This record gives sequence, structure tokens and C-alpha cells, in this order.
Amino acid sequence: MTIFGDVTQRLAGNTYVVDEQSHIEVNQEIARKTGTGKLLVRVCPAHVYSENEDGTIGVLFAACLECGTCRALASPDALTWHYPNGGFGIAFREG
Amino acid sequence: MPEEALEVDADVIVIGGGVAGTVCAHQLAQAGKQVILIERGGQPGAKNLSGGIFYCRVMEQVFPDFVGEAPVERRITRNVLSFLNPTSHFNVDYWDQRLADPVNAVTVLRAKLDAWLAEQCEDAGVMVMPGIRVDSLLFENGQVVGVKAGEDELHAHVVVAADGVNSFIAQQAGIRAKEPAQNLAVGVKSVIGLPEKVIEDRFNVTGNDGVAYALVGDCTKTAAGGGFLYTNKESISVGVVLRLDDLEAKGLTSSEVHDHFLGHPAIAPLLRDGELLEYGCHLTIENGPAMAAHDLARPGLLIIGDAAGFTLNTGLTIRGMDLAAGSGIAAAKTIIKAFERGSYGQQDMDDYKKQLGATFVGADMKTYAKAPNFLEVPRMYQDYGLLLTDIFHDIYSCDTTPRKHIAATAAGAFKRSKVKLLTALGDMLKAARAL
Repeated sequence: MTIFGDVTQRLAGNTYVVDEQSHIEVNQEIARKTGTGKLLVRVCPAHVYSENEDGTIGVLFAACLECGTCRALASPDALTWHYPNGGFGIAFREG
Repeated sequence: MPEEALEVDADVIVIGGGVAGTVCAHQLAQAGKQVILIERGGQPGAKNLSGGIFYCRVMEQVFPDFVGEAPVERRITRNVLSFLNPTSHFNVDYWDQRLADPVNAVTVLRAKLDAWLAEQCEDAGVMVMPGIRVDSLLFENGQVVGVKAGEDELHAHVVVAADGVNSFIAQQAGIRAKEPAQNLAVGVKSVIGLPEKVIEDRFNVTGNDGVAYALVGDCTKTAAGGGFLYTNKESISVGVVLRLDDLEAKGLTSSEVHDHFLGHPAIAPLLRDGELLEYGCHLTIENGPAMAAHDLARPGLLIIGDAAGFTLNTGLTIRGMDLAAGSGIAAAKTIIKAFERGSYGQQDMDDYKKQLGATFVGADMKTYAKAPNFLEVPRMYQDYGLLLTDIFHDIYSCDTTPRKHIAATAAGAFKRSKVKLLTALGDMLKAARAL
């Protein structure tokens, strides 16, 4: 079986125009209370979200593929998510 | 303020350079309208990703030689429906040269296709503005009169929202609320590079022909959704589509389901020695008919394509781009008529529903309204594949025990399966009505 690498290696092959400013914000308290935090870690195909040792949710916004799965599944107010500024973010070469 | 006095930067502003947006903008420009097409990607197509099958006959209405001129990958002449189990699969493999003439469906890679579509728009006179994110709509007396992007404001008589499944614009306009998770699915896709010759040999195709696999069952670890595998010229588009409510309920990790599928013993040999060219994902619509039942217009505003919910999963075909194009054409017709009247209010925009109803888009959304409901049956993703392979296993496995006639073999398989014969017959009837 041909190995295509882990998610981090796969994303490294993509083209991104990384902004300085994050387009994603997690409300840690609501994320913890509602379980949204753990859910986002599982469902995001780009592994943008990770759980820190203290239970807070880390956000690697630069890896985002802008699908919107997190936004669709997050509990109300647990997540602020919009598209990156114009021209920034993932730039698909294949699509 | 009388509308004649409104200072506009263009007749129409289209938000989003996907199939819907470019087709609509192109049609409007061809009719002599001044059109601005705003795209948030640095290049048109940079933000767009699809599974990759385009049932492209509708494009002949816009570009008469679409298949000859556009950067399409392969012409799909072979369709495989596959029930995938952990150690077996049951395939319905349909090849038909008639699907090549006229070309019925092609594989596409959106970064290439959408860039070409945007070029056609420019050639037709559309002002294409990439790298700009529209933040909100501008309203005046309840009427949409333009868009806001950062500090900039642009005014037009009509705005068309073609901003995709996450349409922030449709939400801001109060057309769409937050979508229930069962209406959405996430597609996780890899594009695997392989030499043209390898693809031809491995998939038993020649020249420009190609194959499309639709798979259910073990490809998604039995979550609602499915797998897909499409041949491009020199690559394979392969991945899974997972319904969000079931992804959440089953506690699955989306990237792991994707990896499980690519590593499945039935799939891995098809990808052998390939090189990963791109890993991407995209939200997609599972219940298009329910979503498209929303309003589709406001004074001065129309929504088209994925933003409006125009996607159809009929079990065997998964369609979005053809409906996007069809809705773009219908919206352009609506707008051209509104310009003839010089009025862009709710009534003028509501003509869009009638325009859609006159095309395959409106008709097919109605025909397949029950399909999402039927495809919710969990047996589709688990039991039927196993049942089918059990029957055929008993037929082909000559293990020196006495053979039985096919009817008895099937009855035995049913007895072992979780599916009861009556349930299966009921599902078949439902399928016949829904699909």
C-alpha cells in the first residue's frame, strides 16, 4: 500500500497564502462546557483544532482548508469563524 | 429614492467565481449588462473544490463547444457502483460508449476549470475582481443595492450571491438560517498523481475516456455518506463524503475515515505508486431539495448554485455543478427581464422561481425530493453490501459441500443477514419511488 503521509505532511504539499490574522476564534469556556472543543478536534479534516493539556482548544488557523465543517457543527457561540481576508488562505492548485 | 437616480458601479454584481457565478455573469455580459464578478480567492478557482464529476450537457447552452474547449479531464463512459465491505465488494460496473457521444459527464479539477470560466467571463466583458472578500450586503429601504468589502462599497441594481454552501450572504439576507447538520456533509479528498498510461491500463479505459466510482459501506466506516473515485487525465480524485450528523454521532475522525478508505484493500491497489498532489476538503449539501425550499430571492438579490442548495444525491449520481450552471442561467434570464422593466423588487426577483421551474433544475429538485430521506436508511451503508456478497460468495465458493439452487442460496443469505426479506422488498419499492 502506498503511504500518502499523515495530515501534517499532506497539508505541507498544499499552497497557502498565510495571513497574520486568524479567521477563527474559539470561546474556550463554551467549547469546554458544550463538548464542541473535542468535536472540532475530530471532525476537522485539516486538524486545525487540537486539545491542549489544560483542556483548552488550540487553533492552527494557517492549516484551514475553509470547508466550514467546524462552523456547521459548533454549538452556538462556541466558535467565531469567517473566511480569511481576500486573497489569503488555501489556494487550491487542483481543486 | 427613485431607482433611476441610484448611482451604480455596474448593472449586476456577482459574488463568487464558481460554476454558478461565472455562468450567470457570462450570460448577463452576453446580454449587454455590465457585470462585476467578485471572487475571494487570489485566482478564480483557488477556493473551489468538488468531487469532480460534471454532468456537463447544460454547458452547451453557454459554451457550444464546452467539452472541446474547456480544461476538462476525462469523459466518463464507465460508472461503477460499489458496495464495499471490510473484506469484499459488490460492484455494478456499467460501461457504455453512448455516454461519450454526446459527452454526458466529464471529470474536472476546479482550479483549472474555474480559471478558464473566469477567462471566458472577461472575454465577454465581465470585470473579474479576484482577491476580494465581500463582507456584507448594502441595503436601502429593504432593497439590496450593493456589497461592502472592507472599506469599499460597490453599488448595483442586482446582486447575485454565488458564494457557495457556507453562503454568508444568504444568511445575512435572512434567506438561510444555520443549516441542520443532517443537511450537510463534508467531503475529504486527495488528488493522487499517476501517469496517463498507468491510469489507462489500471482502469481499462482508452484515450479521453474515464471511470467514476460511487461507493457505499465500509468506505465511510458505515457512516452515512459514501466514497468516490474518479479518473482525471493524469491523476485520481479520491475521497469520502460524510454526513455531518452521522460523523458526529458515530464519533468518527474525518481524516481517519479518509485514510481508511484510501488504504482499503479494494482501493489501495488502484492508487498504488501514486503521488499525493493535493489534500483538500469541502462542505457539501446532502439534502438539496430541503435547502432549496427556502426563499431564493430578496429585492435586488438572487441566490444561485450551492448557496441556494442546488445539489442532488440520487444514490447513483451526485450532481451539483450542472444544477449550479442551470440556476445561473435561470437567474440571468430573471435579471435580464427585470432590466427590461427597470424594476428590481421582490416581485421581479421572484420570477426566478418560475425560470427555475421551466428548467431541469426545478424539475429535478422536485423529482428527487424524497431521495435524501430514502438514503438515510442505515441498511444502505451496512447490510446490503454484506448481503449481496454473501449470496455471491455462496454461489462461487465451491467448497465441496453440496451446492444449492440460487433461490435457496439467497434465502440462506437472507436468514443470516440482519435484513429481512420483507424489509428489503420495502426498501426496493421506496427506492423505486425516491430515486
